[in-house]
Amino acid sequence: MTLRGKAACVGLATAGCGEAPGRNAMELMAEAVVRALADAQIPLAKVDGLFAATAFHSMAAMSLAEHLGIRPAFSDGSNIGGSSFMAHALMAAMALDAGLINVAVIAYGSNQRTAGGFKSISEPMPFEAIYGPRNPITAYALATSRYMHEFGATREDLAEVAVAARGWANLNPEAFARGPLTVADVTGARMISDPLGKLDCCLVTDGAAAIVLTRPDRAKDGPRTPVYLLGAAMEHHHRMISAMPSLTTTAAAASGPRAFAMAGCGPRDMDTVQLYDAFTINTLLFLEDLGFCAKGEAAAFIKGGRIAPGGALPVNTNGGGLSCVHPGMYGLFVTIEAIRQIRAGAGDDEGPREAGGWIPGAKLSLAHGNGGVLSSQVTSVWGHGDTL
Amino acid sequence: MQDGYFDGPGPEARFKAFLAEGRFMIQRSRATGAHVFYPRVAAPGTGETDLDWVAPSGLGTVYATTVTRQRPEQGGDYNIALIDLDEGPRLMARVDGIAPEAVAIGLRVRASVGEIKGEPAVIFHPVEG
Repeated sequence: MTLRGKAACVGLATAGCGEAPGRNAMELMAEAVVRALADAQIPLAKVDGLFAATAFHSMAAMSLAEHLGIRPAFSDGSNIGGSSFMAHALMAAMALDAGLINVAVIAYGSNQRTAGGFKSISEPMPFEAIYGPRNPITAYALATSRYMHEFGATREDLAEVAVAARGWANLNPEAFARGPLTVADVTGARMISDPLGKLDCCLVTDGAAAIVLTRPDRAKDGPRTPVYLLGAAMEHHHRMISAMPSLTTTAAAASGPRAFAMAGCGPRDMDTVQLYDAFTINTLLFLEDLGFCAKGEAAAFIKGGRIAPGGALPVNTNGGGLSCVHPGMYGLFVTIEAIRQIRAGAGDDEGPREAGGWIPGAKLSLAHGNGGVLSSQVTSVWGHGDTL
Repeated sequence: MQDGYFDGPGPEARFKAFLAEGRFMIQRSRATGAHVFYPRVAAPGTGETDLDWVAPSGLGTVYATTVTRQRPEQGGDYNIALIDLDEGPRLMARVDGIAPEAVAIGLRVRASVGEIKGEPAVIFHPVEG
């Protein structure tokens, strides 16, 4: 029994990425759903599975179903931060494969930027709050300090991650932060929480996203190249950064191998790699934990533009949370970029990008989600029909 | 499980009551001898209901550190660190008595009960010498 190939993405959309004044989080999320269903050419009334999580709705699946006027036979609103949506894909694949539902929609929406700035879903952490942490950045700064100490990485090494992401954003007209960016720009930016400066941090934008999943038998009926969920796995072991066993190894070291085992492939097979880059440290940690390089070697691994446009390993090809879009819980955008690269590789019209922005012939993409403070890790592998 | 183990105030309330008396207390499993922080109702991972309150040595080592940057008029920069107690558990805390950016990983520190915003809190200072 495996879930490999048991669900396929047949439609997707984003809405309101960047700034969306005058529209609330639910309206943006519903717009993304309507657009994703149009992309799949599936009527709203056929949707019987609904999966959603946001920072604005305590019961997002219920609120979204009501707004859309549908009655899901199965829904899930589990919230494990930005990794929720990879977990929703796993849950949707189970529900589809079990015959509980026929059409699943996974959705997210946020208007945090125009609503006043970063929107936290987090309650104060007991035994931490009194010391005044500004989560999430305090937690990621602590992890970065430890990483630099253990492996001799520098702020310049971290800056390479932001510069590579900006390189991809500069090929993507949909990206929010574009324009030249140097290592010196990143290391010279205002310090927020040592050793992380402003440009080590993700954007604060608006944005919504949705994807439509069906069983493989129905997937070929639609207008879009179906992209199959080949493997997915999750793991988490802490909620507070002070309870993380090692600040330099995340649960991705467990979720990654299990996802790859289900998918029947490994890191070296990936044509594109999409990693949840809330901060520059994330990309280094996940490249290591997911097996692209050994522990402590990511800084050397990415040197010379390896993960930047034109490099050997295309990572965060939309520009990432650092330069494309980050409305608070970025995971569904990670998934969408992984799938869009495969659709573009198959010849679907995914819109214009500068030369190199779409990876020619991409058939396998990794979408890795991170939630909380390096807490929840959910890895997913998506593939073209040829990879089944 | 001994009778009455779950009776009375929970572990967080007991920890805070100790702090209010100026005492920094952590837990220890009777069966394994492993120390536990933050305070739990049962030993993490095993569920053993044999946690006693004990006084740690107070000595520890900075495991990770950051400086939260803040304008002077809002109170200025301040340190947040993760401290590995000599007994094993790790906790978030602040290291005082040294500039926030001078707090380095590996620094030996000692706990005391101080006050943050009117609340008793465990605060660390560098070990002299």
